[in-house]
Amino acid sequence: MTVDTVDIEEAEPTSAGIRAKEVRRLDRVVIRFAGDSGDGMQLTGDRFTSETASFGNDLSTLPNFPAEIRAPAGTLPGVSSFQLHFADHDILTPGDAPDVLVAMNPAALKANITDIPRGAEIIVNTDEFTRRALQKVGYTTSPLDDGTLDAYHVHPVPLTTLTVEALKDYGLTRKEAERSKNMFALGLLSWMYHRPTEGTEKFLKTKFARKPDIAAANIAAFRAGWNFGETTEDFAVSYEVAPAATAFPPGLYRNISGNLALSYGLIAASHQADLPLYLGSYPITPASDILHELSRHKNFGVRTFQAEDEIAGIGAALGAAFGGSLAVTTTSGPGVALKSETIGLAVSLELPLLVIDIQRGGPSTGLPTKTEQADLLQAMYGRNGEAPVPVLAPRTPADCFDSAIEAARIALTYRTPVLLLSDGYLANGSEPWRIPEPGELPDLTVQFAQGPNHTLDDGTEVFWPYKRDPHTLARPWAVPGTPGLEHRIGGIEKQDGTGNISYDPANHDLMVRTRQAKIDGIDVPDLRVDDPDRADTLVLGWGSTYGPITAAVRQLREAGEPIAQAHLRHINPFPKNLGEVLARYQQVVVPEMNLGQLATLIRAKYLVDARSYTQVAGTPFTAGQLAHTLRETIRGN
Amino acid sequence: MGTELRLQPKDFKSDQEVRWCPGCGDYAILAAVQGFMPELGLARENIVFVSGIGCSSRFPYYMNTYGMHSIHGRAPAIATGLATSRRDLSVWVVTGDGDALSIGGNHLIHALRRNVNLKILLFNNRIYGLTKGQYSPTSEVGKITKSTPMGSLDAPFNPVSLAIGAEATFVARTVDSDRKHLTDVLRQAAAHPGTALVEIYQNCNIFNDGAFDILKDRRQAEEAVIRLEHGQPIRFGTDHAQGIVRDETTGDLKAVTVTPDNEARVLVHDAHTPSPTTAFALSRLADPDTLHHTPIGVFRSVDRPVYDTQMADQLEQAVEMNGKGDLGALLAGNDTWKVGRSARHPRSTTAARP
Repeated sequence: MTVDTVDIEEAEPTSAGIRAKEVRRLDRVVIRFAGDSGDGMQLTGDRFTSETASFGNDLSTLPNFPAEIRAPAGTLPGVSSFQLHFADHDILTPGDAPDVLVAMNPAALKANITDIPRGAEIIVNTDEFTRRALQKVGYTTSPLDDGTLDAYHVHPVPLTTLTVEALKDYGLTRKEAERSKNMFALGLLSWMYHRPTEGTEKFLKTKFARKPDIAAANIAAFRAGWNFGETTEDFAVSYEVAPAATAFPPGLYRNISGNLALSYGLIAASHQADLPLYLGSYPITPASDILHELSRHKNFGVRTFQAEDEIAGIGAALGAAFGGSLAVTTTSGPGVALKSETIGLAVSLELPLLVIDIQRGGPSTGLPTKTEQADLLQAMYGRNGEAPVPVLAPRTPADCFDSAIEAARIALTYRTPVLLLSDGYLANGSEPWRIPEPGELPDLTVQFAQGPNHTLDDGTEVFWPYKRDPHTLARPWAVPGTPGLEHRIGGIEKQDGTGNISYDPANHDLMVRTRQAKIDGIDVPDLRVDDPDRADTLVLGWGSTYGPITAAVRQLREAGEPIAQAHLRHINPFPKNLGEVLARYQQVVVPEMNLGQLATLIRAKYLVDARSYTQVAGTPFTAGQLAHTLRETIRGN
Repeated sequence: MGTELRLQPKDFKSDQEVRWCPGCGDYAILAAVQGFMPELGLARENIVFVSGIGCSSRFPYYMNTYGMHSIHGRAPAIATGLATSRRDLSVWVVTGDGDALSIGGNHLIHALRRNVNLKILLFNNRIYGLTKGQYSPTSEVGKITKSTPMGSLDAPFNPVSLAIGAEATFVARTVDSDRKHLTDVLRQAAAHPGTALVEIYQNCNIFNDGAFDILKDRRQAEEAVIRLEHGQPIRFGTDHAQGIVRDETTGDLKAVTVTPDNEARVLVHDAHTPSPTTAFALSRLADPDTLHHTPIGVFRSVDRPVYDTQMADQLEQAVEMNGKGDLGALLAGNDTWKVGRSARHPRSTTAARP
């Protein structure tokens, strides 16, 4: 951690006569909580995050958990962790390396120790370091005693014993009491970093409202952890990280994860379009949270339909789109594969439909709980025939809100399915978000067709379902129930204008080119380039790599290395100025969590010798690693 | 449904040329449906036909209503989305034995168990027509086709048995050539709240001609067809000489020659009984190879809550419980902090001791 100022406060005798402990001020801290998947590490991390958000730090989180719900206890595959980076200034990533590791058992220590830089603090639950538990993960001697951890500042804490002791008057079994040890750890860390605690106590009361004794026990364990920090000599120092008051524009803020922001974006889009929201979905990690969240908001007129499979999920959504809903389907990569034929139908029917892909590691089942960006080419091209679909990607958890609204704008304006590519990192990660006023949101209202739109040679007024808006090339949206506009649409090629079945070669050629032209002509904002130093090298990213790339760019500039940065939200169509931007730079580097899919698109379309830098490890890039690579590129290595 | 809604069958004919093979059973079904539609008393704009892929799935193009010709097997899923979001519409699915029972089998069974307000017309010709004559999931075992030159190996589905097993609330079977019976079944299906499955035996005169001749030939049909009528004893054959009774040792159903001794034991058809057991047993009477003893009519018609109604009710309940959604309140949530232009810190930097 960066020690900004070491500020040893004047020791004031307390009432008990004990000298107050030293308080150091830091500008940023990275903490990682790690334990068994049953130890409640995600909850602990969430609570620490909420405390930190309400305190006003900037923050970024990285939950990391196994695909198994409960892998065998005490094993390496069963380790679940939650990393949180918080600071008194604006930050962009969950941090490259933790300053503090909380390890609830030997497995958690072993699984994480390679990520922990020397000199970091490690808080271990010594109670779990039994011979059996050590053997289970291949430790022949205890790392607490054999010198393994000499380079670290280790705090051995019998967390389980202390928790059970603190709860001895609560009438719980030992096993029940032990389950509160994560709250003890949270209390200790909350003391160490001066976190506000009211929120956690309120949360526990609400969460266990029906079990007041459990609520009381958890609160007691939480307080015991805090008190332990304050009274034990092993914890001699606590730390302050001031709120990031100047990092944020004025406004009302909350902490938000990507999937929550995306869900809210969909509800907001439905509100702004004045159309009912319809979600057809099938549960899949890491997208299910959107289904869960939208299911809670039926009072907004939101219909959620848990279908029998991925295909039925998008099928129902497409049916609802035909009926005039703002229709959405949510999934991850394997689900997109199953939905491909229906996306093609939606391209042919030219109906608005949002297809949201929360990407995860692939191929096939791959790494369900880990992040990746390898569905880009599937989104672009994964359909039979010429079936162009707009593709866009949010860059941060909070940006998922705006991206959902933008995806809805494109779908509704151009009457097309739209693919929105989030990923596991954005979905589960969180950051502060300035809450927009409803008045700030764009107007997405649409006009359904109401009457005839074409006059035949004999003067008859008729409705042509494929007569296009000359500007957007969108066809009319005539919903069932509108008198006089009865029409039939389908996946067979349609005659231009009338929409009747047509096998005419020239008509097919026209329709294929027109559908492509419609997508190519979508109005997207120009790409903004951040280049204060007139650099020779441009780093170009898309999606969730924004945080690490931007952090790396900052590191380089601070070290005097000029570099330009641009980040794509719109991948199909690309911003109109992209070619001109690329041509300005001698070198273009494209970091991606795949094997170079955006680089492939860029090279093909703009004949630019873009250099690909890739990682498919299931984890986001670290800023340090990217900075190193970019520096080497700038220097021509 | 005002008095001006005196629509005629011709009002339901679209301007598109019908392109089924001459002699196809689909023509008769189309005419029967167009003939029946005015009875619904609904405006054309409130009726939607959704289909999948196959010969039968061209049906929506010929109906002057709203329609969607979708992709193979998916019509029930698409129609479910439409029906659950637009309860004001009358949504019909037209499908075939390949579309509904092979590629789309999953969607069909789930639509049936959910009881969405859909009317599913399953044209069963026991063959793949549009792909030129491969065997289908309802073809009899040993069917010689282009893809099974030595005979098909798989046991066929009985669509009525399948639907009853899938918790369907309305299951019926009829025949393309029997306009009166077909119309009567459509009438009952349309009146049913929830999913109605109507299997329509349909002749493919190109690839499976005569598949249902035994049910159509006046002389043979008397022995082969069992007409189910709610509340009536199940009798068939010349002079109604035969009847269906329950085998007291196995509990199964069987056909017997009716005598004064066993006449009281002849089963009285009850389509509304909650248990699907007898309806299922009736569906098993037909010989899958010869179609001998094929029941037609409404096997089962029971009331169960309708999915789309319940979905709409939940939306209303949510408003009653939580008030109408307030976007600003939703976005703000419960844990917020304010960053002001001059604000130093949103809260004291010194955390309170708990």
